Amino acid sequence: MVSKRIVLKFPHRLIEKPIICKLVKEYNLEFNILKAYVTPKEEGLLILELKGKDEDCKGGIDYLNKMGVKVQPLSQDIIFNEARCTHCGVCVTSCPTGALVMDPITRKVHFDDKKCIACELCIPACPVKAMEVHF
Amino acid sequence: MPKTIREINEKIKKGEAVIATAEEIIDIVEEKGTKKAAQQVDVVTTGTFGPMCSSGIYFNIGHSKPRIKIGGGTCYLNDVPAYGGFAAVDVYLGATALPDDDPKNKIYPGAFKYGGGHVIEEFVAGKDIKLVATGYGTDCYPRKKLETWINIKDVNEAVLFNPRNVYQNYNVAVNLSDKTIYTYMGILKEKLGNANFCSAGQLSPLLNDPLYKTVGIGTKIFVGGGVGYVAWQGTQHNPTAKRKDNNVPCVPAGTLAIIGDLKQMKQEWLRGITMTGYGVTLAVGIGIPIPILNEEIVQYTAVKDKDLFAQVVDYSEAYPKVIPGSLGEVNYAQLKSGKIIVQGKEIPTASLSSYSKAREIALTLKNWIKSGKFLLSEPVGSIPGPKSGITFQSLKERPIT
Repeated sequence: MVSKRIVLKFPHRLIEKPIICKLVKEYNLEFNILKAYVTPKEEGLLILELKGKDEDCKGGIDYLNKMGVKVQPLSQDIIFNEARCTHCGVCVTSCPTGALVMDPITRKVHFDDKKCIACELCIPACPVKAMEVHF
Repeated sequence: MPKTIREINEKIKKGEAVIATAEEIIDIVEEKGTKKAAQQVDVVTTGTFGPMCSSGIYFNIGHSKPRIKIGGGTCYLNDVPAYGGFAAVDVYLGATALPDDDPKNKIYPGAFKYGGGHVIEEFVAGKDIKLVATGYGTDCYPRKKLETWINIKDVNEAVLFNPRNVYQNYNVAVNLSDKTIYTYMGILKEKLGNANFCSAGQLSPLLNDPLYKTVGIGTKIFVGGGVGYVAWQGTQHNPTAKRKDNNVPCVPAGTLAIIGDLKQMKQEWLRGITMTGYGVTLAVGIGIPIPILNEEIVQYTAVKDKDLFAQVVDYSEAYPKVIPGSLGEVNYAQLKSGKIIVQGKEIPTASLSSYSKAREIALTLKNWIKSGKFLLSEPVGSIPGPKSGITFQSLKERPIT
């Protein structure tokens, strides 16, 4: 079993087509929707956590690509800009998943993008705007 | 035998001085005792890096041709209003100033993306800043409008002058109400959802010299990555605040006014910051050296996080309405562990002050002194202590009609 967090971008023409259900039916994948919205230009944005066998995950993502959905890992879209960070650590209590943690020895903030669910609660919490969203 | 600052400076010049940070001295005193530690160590360096709202810069832009008198007119730096009510071309910009057209909290909570603190950071970084000024025109200063780019390298003097910095201890902020609140202590979640604190604890300058025995007017310090001085006691200086047996205040107490040459400073140590729903401010890095003149002073510098206490204060009601009292007392070791218990509930903690940056400042100052390029100064005046009787007063409002 593998688990992947991915960001899907649906072009306008795909908005009304059933696509995600195929991941369950054809590829036997479980999914958890972390975020979903339709932009004012009627493009879809969906952040999913996919769970299943490695080959099924690959197959499912290939299918999405073939349908014209743009797929990329979530870690490319939520960026911890370490050059801006002052390591105050005020973000850590805003993070519900423990993706932002304070190292007890170095007293520096670490960001584990594998734990991030793109809730964006850290964005207003950070005084120096070191957390960036690039959807 | 007690030492003098002059003797310590002689050792620094010869490269023989022993310097420790306020973290390192803890183990030294534990291992060797105060007597030996006071003999062996000459200077303890402290550090702090956090939001310090009462901060700002002034500079002189030089006279334009023809001349303009900004005094009595207006002045904007990157659209942020600056104060020009001095002479002709001296300008002061405060850290919390906001553009006139910023929506502020009209769209709550306000985003406060840009303000005085950010202009200061960009100016220090060497970026060009847009200056738009007006004057009313006089026979000797006829010009009424000035629009120009300015740069820190071209202005005559550029000075950081902060009326209140390096707070000696601070509150731990929580929220007892049933909605999230947006404060200068950060975002506080409802029903004791989190607790925010703001002090470097055992590294913090005034927690290591609790009675202001060595720090005084004229003390040479690290500020913003350059060299500066203690100018005066800070505003809201409250030396008579409640103290523990170790003489360290357990509530916000002393403060310092700081001055330094902005042209020497670096962006890394002066950062414009945003507190969502509150406003903008400036994070300032400050390090103060403590000369180890005797055993008593080394004892003070060896203070540990677990011996430093702060009060838990409700920022939903008690703070805004100025209702005295505390929801409990916690120490900085507990605060740094990531959780404290308030009213029987375990709540996660986070800091607004960067401990890793404070550590870096104390180490930088240690290296400056070690290399001989930074000598200690003799204070020329003292900071009022607990016996001065000075207390921080609230405003007594008197109706005008």
